Amino acid sequence: MLVISCIKQVPDTTQVQIDPVTNTLIRDGIPFIINPYDAHALEEGLRLKDRYDVRTVALSMGPPNTEATLRKACALGVDEAILLSDRAFGGADTLATSKVLSAAIERLAAQEDVGIVFCGKQTIDGDTAQVGPGIASRLGFSQLTLVDRIESIDFPRKTITVRRKLEGRHEIVEAPLPVMITVVRELNRPRYPVVAMRLAAREAAITVWDNSVLKLDAATVGLKGSPTWVSKIFSPERDQGEIIGDGIKNPVGTASLLLDKLLDKDLLTI
Amino acid sequence: MSPHQAIFTTLFAVAVLSFLFSCYQRVRLVAIGASENRFDDPLARLRGMFRYAFAQKRVLARPYGVNHFLLFWAFMLLLTANGAFLLEGLIPGFSLASALPAPLGHGQELLFDIVSLVALGSVLVALARRLFFPPAYLGNDYTRPASGEALLILGMIAALMTAFFLLNAARIALGQAGTWQPVSSALAGLLNGLSPSVLEGVAGVSWWLHALVLLLFMNLLPRSKHMHILTAIPNCYFNGPARPNVQSREAFEKGRRYGVGSVEQFSWKDLLDSLTCTECGRCQDLCPAHATTKPLNPRRIVHDIKLNLLMNGPALRDGAPGTLALIGDAGEGTVGEEAIWACTTCGACTSVCPVLIEQMPKIIKMRRHLVQEKARFPEELLNLFENMEQRSNPWGIAPSERTKWSSQLGDRTFKPGETEYLFFVGCAGTFDSRNKHVTVALATILDAAGVSWGTLGREERCCGDSVRRLGNEYVFDAMAGENVALFREKGITRVVTQCPHCFSTLKNDYRQYGLDIEVLHHSHLLARLVAEGRLTPAGQASFGKVMFHDSCYLGRHNDTYEAPRIVLAAATGTAPAEFGRNHENGFCCGAGGGRMWLEEQSGTRINLERIREAMQQRPDTLCVSCPYCMTMMEDGLKDLGVADAVRVRDIAEIMADGIR
Repeated sequence: MLVISCIKQVPDTTQVQIDPVTNTLIRDGIPFIINPYDAHALEEGLRLKDRYDVRTVALSMGPPNTEATLRKACALGVDEAILLSDRAFGGADTLATSKVLSAAIERLAAQEDVGIVFCGKQTIDGDTAQVGPGIASRLGFSQLTLVDRIESIDFPRKTITVRRKLEGRHEIVEAPLPVMITVVRELNRPRYPVVAMRLAAREAAITVWDNSVLKLDAATVGLKGSPTWVSKIFSPERDQGEIIGDGIKNPVGTASLLLDKLLDKDLLTI
Repeated sequence: MSPHQAIFTTLFAVAVLSFLFSCYQRVRLVAIGASENRFDDPLARLRGMFRYAFAQKRVLARPYGVNHFLLFWAFMLLLTANGAFLLEGLIPGFSLASALPAPLGHGQELLFDIVSLVALGSVLVALARRLFFPPAYLGNDYTRPASGEALLILGMIAALMTAFFLLNAARIALGQAGTWQPVSSALAGLLNGLSPSVLEGVAGVSWWLHALVLLLFMNLLPRSKHMHILTAIPNCYFNGPARPNVQSREAFEKGRRYGVGSVEQFSWKDLLDSLTCTECGRCQDLCPAHATTKPLNPRRIVHDIKLNLLMNGPALRDGAPGTLALIGDAGEGTVGEEAIWACTTCGACTSVCPVLIEQMPKIIKMRRHLVQEKARFPEELLNLFENMEQRSNPWGIAPSERTKWSSQLGDRTFKPGETEYLFFVGCAGTFDSRNKHVTVALATILDAAGVSWGTLGREERCCGDSVRRLGNEYVFDAMAGENVALFREKGITRVVTQCPHCFSTLKNDYRQYGLDIEVLHHSHLLARLVAEGRLTPAGQASFGKVMFHDSCYLGRHNDTYEAPRIVLAAATGTAPAEFGRNHENGFCCGAGGGRMWLEEQSGTRINLERIREAMQQRPDTLCVSCPYCMTMMEDGLKDLGVADAVRVRDIAEIMADGIR
């Protein structure tokens, strides 16, 4: 069985600033990282590999430099890393992105039984949380979002039981395989790569599929295939803050002042 | 050949062969260790050997060491006496006294007689100490001061000396020996009433007692902690680099192993260390982790490595795997992971060991294995490692924020060819809100003294100290490489830091990467500026009673004790008050070795122990010279509820006030 973890290389958003003149992201010199939620998606695939006889694939769509992030996935222990990269894929919104990823998963499914596709619940640069569900819809997979625990997998019956983390409650759900699962951070703690694997990952072969492999209609992918586009990026103006009380001399009193404020403005939900 | 001679010759041959065989086995065990070059600079090594082994410099650092010094030298001198004694057994009629011309013969009689008395006295003192007034650090969870082994050895030495005196006394009484032996002669006086046949009997029994105990003692040495009698001198000769805290580099190539996860991965010198440990307990006494009841005891680490070597060595030598894991929780002979992570790398153990055992570097080697081969470490470190790799600072703050602290100061960028000193601000001085005050204070002082300085601004990166001490050498290697390249590119030749960890790493560790530049801690530079008259504090900085806390990385690891005290004395007009444990006996704040980023899960808190020690003297100000110490001391004062009574200041803050 194949377990696929979809990962995205994103700019380290804590370091991204917005150019106040052009309203675009200043990306110069900003390092790229693996989208933090996707790191948990990757980890869960690796955990299944540790426990069961499954093969793991890390799948990413992005520009050629995404290879760096896929090498990190190799260092963590995935069996194969596939980069979906083509100029035609560039500028994609969530619809076009899920189309390319789905096509790649279908291609893998033609060779091997795909059981689970893991995605992070969302990315930290786009924050849409739509790509995972988009994949599930296109492929007709069961769709389990916001999963924080895998309860069990029944391989003979081809079902999986997971726990979903919802606001104020958990939900235990069973679904038939194949399944697309989006994960939250509570699911696991990502592992740290050992040195031998890091060194091996430097030389690992990264499979690259461009559109000559996926053969998608160029009008349906990338910028052309994207019905949404970003018209403007800006930092919201922040109201002048307010210093309440004296937290150094009177921490308890200040804390209760703060609580009163929050209650007054109805910012605390119970 | 007389029966006496025949029996002795046989026993002697068996004993010597057995002794040599034991030694051979031990040498073969040590030889399974990894290679390490400890053969360079023989002159310096000989000097070290003389200073530490023969002159017993560190043994004598504690008052009781005098007793050991006397016993050691008595032993050295009596080696000749015992050699002569053995010859006497092998060659009938041989006697050293008659083999030498009269004055020399008399001299040696007198010498050996007196020295034997000294040895007997020392042994009795040692016995009394172990039985009646043992210091707490002699015992621990696996041994006690009056252990059978210790008593047996001391008893054997006492028996040797007693037999020696009885033998000589009987011979003097019989008129067979010279009388240049005051102690034996006095004893002979007591035997005077006995008949010659009884005296012959006493002499015979004493001779055989002496012979048997001597041969037995010789065979006990390689099989007990008294192995140190054989290994301490070579161990001092093969002493490591002057800075045991600078870990060796690792080569990152496919197929290599990283760190130590199995006893044969230690170097041969590490293994020799383990056989050399005398169990004196001084490292245990000074270790801050042990003092706060954490599961680390440097002495125990060395002990466990030795047991593991004895247990696994023979199999490993034959290429078979060992049966007892080196790292784990299988009890004696294995080192627990919690112990490995408890070390603050303060260096107290390595700086106190009388026979120059390198305890702390062994811990780092095991950390390297855990991090780099097993990815097994306390979970707080995952964030730290990622922050270091991703953003080159422990907090994971965006590197673009590095210039925030200096936004009021205008452009202070280091300009190649123009600026004299690179002010390497360090992550704590850059990002930690409390330590930013120190950075600003230092910048103010440097400006006041007219020092030409600049920073790397956003280009500054973490020095990598924490990751190296935590065993993540792979990440450190990359960080050091990048920093050294940047320093070269900028043509930097003089650096001042405000953090002893940056200071030590740039100065000592980066030397391994070919960076050989002048690196100063701010205490050095400030002391120099005071001496040159460029800083003229009025000596009236008002901080009340100021007590100075030594930073391990400035003090023990870099021998800087006076510079910060000079700065303080200049700023306040008086020498600072001292902790009970100061200078090389200073007590860690608890944050070194990457412990800054780890919770103290077990035992009591190291910083609280230090604050309690300070509070005995009711200081008004605790003075530090390290950002980690700053954090730990301030936290400790808050935790003990005395933050209102005592403030913490860096030497730079006090000096800045002094010149205001």
